[in-house]
Amino acid sequence: MDPMMFVKAFIVGGLICVFAQLLFDLTTLTPAHVLVGLVVAGAALAGLGLYDPLVKFAGAGATVPISSFGNALAKGALAEASQRGVLGVLTGMFELTSAGITAAIIFSFAVALVFNPKG
Amino acid sequence: MPMQNPKHKQRSQEPTPEQKRYIEMVNRQKPKPPVFKNVVLAFLFGGLVSIIGQALTFFYMQVLDLSPVEAGGPVSATIIFIASLLTGFGVYDKIAKYAGAGLAVPVTGFANSMTSAALEFKREGLVLGVGSKMFVLAGSVIVFGVFSAMLVGLISALI
Repeated sequence: MDPMMFVKAFIVGGLICVFAQLLFDLTTLTPAHVLVGLVVAGAALAGLGLYDPLVKFAGAGATVPISSFGNALAKGALAEASQRGVLGVLTGMFELTSAGITAAIIFSFAVALVFNPKG
Repeated sequence: MPMQNPKHKQRSQEPTPEQKRYIEMVNRQKPKPPVFKNVVLAFLFGGLVSIIGQALTFFYMQVLDLSPVEAGGPVSATIIFIASLLTGFGVYDKIAKYAGAGLAVPVTGFANSMTSAALEFKREGLVLGVGSKMFVLAGSVIVFGVFSAMLVGLISALI
């Protein structure tokens, strides 16, 4: 356990959010457009092999922002595609993001059953 | 299909001097977002969520004896659980008002968008409300993520 990882995670994760906040405030893009852009950027960086070095450097600073969702989708598709060709793109797509998406669906459904909307 | 009157089209596109003055006036009156404050808050909250993610990564690596990559699944599931729960209590959206992108960009924001949509549409029923409206915001992130990842995969498979 390297304590420097906390510092690097804080700075890189924070900087990605700063970039998004600047787009929120200084452009006419809606937050939804900015988030979609981050996901697409993550997938593109995965294709260029640039996202993994960032994860290695910053740990959760790179895996916590939503751009890592695009990275994980593309990495799953790429890994299967390298073994099975084009069909692998279909079968590998959700290989790495399965935990996140499944958790988000289950917990969102459970919370909606238990709680009522506030205000 | 009837042709559109080109003269009319041009007139609707170019504002008259009066309209221009009005637009300028509106822009002057519109409150400017406190960019510096927003950026600092986004940095602090985004960094904080990342630190929590890093702590959970170390925790799962130690307890379940996983590699950093393998720990990714349990880590996202855990912070998604926390975000959904805080959304249920109405806390997440209150903090997110100040944190801006700091709580929108981390995966917790993805979970928050799904949980808050599920809650908001609960009154329309479990099937037509919660079930189908859950993805009203998260859907476009998934669709564009999958589509761009497909392009990346296809390009690499064909090269």
